Amino acid sequence: MNKHYLYALLAVIVLFFVAYVGAEVFGLRIIFGVLIPYLAVIVFIAGFIYKVMGWARSAVPFRIPTTCGQQKSLPWIQPNKIDCPNSTGAVVIRMILEVCCFRSLFRNTKMSLEEGDKLTYRWEIWLWVFALAFHYSFLVVILRHFRLFTEPVPFFIQLLEKVDGFFRIEVLYDTIQTGLPGVFLSGLVLLAAVTFLLLRRILLPQMRYISLAADYFPLFLIFGIAFTGILMRYFTKIDVTAAKSLAMGLVTFHPTAPKGIGGIFYAHLFFVSILLAYFPFSKLMHFAGVFLSPTRNLTTNTREKRHENPWNYPVPVHTYDEYEDEFREKMVEAGLPVDKPFEKPPETLSDEKADSSA
Amino acid sequence: MNDKKWIIAGIVVFLAIFAFPFWYNMGKAAPAPEVKLTEKAKAAKQCVMPTEYMRAEHMQLLDVWRHNVVRNAEREFVNTEGKTFNMSLSNTCMDCHANKADFCDKCHDYASVDPYCWDCHLDRSKENE
Repeated sequence: MNKHYLYALLAVIVLFFVAYVGAEVFGLRIIFGVLIPYLAVIVFIAGFIYKVMGWARSAVPFRIPTTCGQQKSLPWIQPNKIDCPNSTGAVVIRMILEVCCFRSLFRNTKMSLEEGDKLTYRWEIWLWVFALAFHYSFLVVILRHFRLFTEPVPFFIQLLEKVDGFFRIEVLYDTIQTGLPGVFLSGLVLLAAVTFLLLRRILLPQMRYISLAADYFPLFLIFGIAFTGILMRYFTKIDVTAAKSLAMGLVTFHPTAPKGIGGIFYAHLFFVSILLAYFPFSKLMHFAGVFLSPTRNLTTNTREKRHENPWNYPVPVHTYDEYEDEFREKMVEAGLPVDKPFEKPPETLSDEKADSSA
Repeated sequence: MNDKKWIIAGIVVFLAIFAFPFWYNMGKAAPAPEVKLTEKAKAAKQCVMPTEYMRAEHMQLLDVWRHNVVRNAEREFVNTEGKTFNMSLSNTCMDCHANKADFCDKCHDYASVDPYCWDCHLDRSKENE
C-alpha cells in the first residue's frame, strides 16, 4: 500500500459523497448544479490565462531544442528536416506531429537487466497506445457532451454521435439489460485507457516510486467522471431532458436546477467542476504547455545563425586589456606574461640611469 | 525569443472554442420541451408504468417488449399494478401517444437522440393527416 494513491483515492471518494449527499439528502441542487460549475469555469479561465501568461513572461534566452536527427550543415550531409527542424515550417510540422501523434511518447523505451547484468533498452509501445486512446476518446466524449450545451445541436456533433455509436451493442438477459440508449464507444475506451494508465502507476514499482498524489488524483478523478457517466447512461438512468435543461440554463445564463436528476448526476457534475478548477494548477496544464515547450518549438539553426540574447542590456565590463593596463607593472614584477610590454614612465627611467651609473 | 503575441493569439483561440456553447446559444432560452398529451392519454392518467420510470427507462421497456414478442411470442405485459397490456409500440403506445411529432420527437430532438424505432414501425399519425 502506498499513501500517495490512497490519499488520491480517498479524496475522490470524499468528493463523490459530498456531491451525492449534498444533492440527494440536503437538496443543495442550486449549489452543486449552478454555483460550483460557474465558479469552476471562472477559476479555470482565470487560472489558465494566469499560468500561460506567466510562461509567456519567462525568458527563453537560449535555443534548447532536442535534436532527434541530423542537423543541417554541409550540403552533402542529409539533414533530418522534421526531427531537427531548421525552418519555421518544419517546426510547425514537428509541433503538429507532437501534439496530434505524441511522437515523444512513441520513442518510449524500457530499461532492464537481462541475462544477469546486461543492460538492455527495449521499445515500449503500450504507454503511447493507451495515451493516444485516452486523449482522443476524452476529446470525443467532451465534444459529444456539446449536445447538452447547444440548442439546436449542430450537425457535426450529431455526426460525431453517429460515428461514435456505430457499434450497436445491446445486452438483454433476465439479470442484466443494457445498451440502450445506444452504446458510445468513446466512453468505454476512455474508461479502459484511464484504468490502464492508473494501473501502470500503481503496479509497476519504478512508476510507483516516482508517483505522487498529484499524479494519481487526476486519474482517479477522470475514472470517476467516466464511471459515473457510464453508470447514468446505461445503468441507473436519468431524465436526460432535465439534465439538458440544467446544462442549457448554465450556458444561457438562466440557471435552473430541475428535479428528477439524481445524486449520481450531481456527483458527475461536481467531478467535472473539480477537474476544471484543478486543471490550471496541476500537471494537466501540459495541455497548454506542450505548445510552449522550447525543446520542441524552436528551430535548430544554432550553427546557421548567431542568436543573441534579446534581453541583453548594457553591463559594466572590465575587459582584459583594461585589466592589464591597470596591473601591468605588478604583473611584470611578479613575472606574469603580458600582451603589451611594460614601458616604464620617464621619471623611473632617469632613476634607473642613476642606479646603473652608480 | 519574444513570442508573446503568438501566445496571446493561442489563448484567444482556445477560449473562443471553450466558450462555444456560450456564444452559440447567445440570447436564446432553451427550456426543456413540454410533451403534449393527447386527450386519450390525459384520460388514461397513467402510462403502463409510472411517469418517472417511463421518462428515464422507456427504451429499456420497449427493448424487453420487442424481445418477448419477437423471440418468445409473448404478447401480454402485466404491469406492477396488475393491469394487462398488449406489447406493441404501434398499437398500444402510439394508440394513446398518437402525436409522434409532439410527444416522441420533442424530447428526442432536444437531447439529440435518434432512435431506430421508426426504421420499421409506421408513424400512424401521418396516415391520419
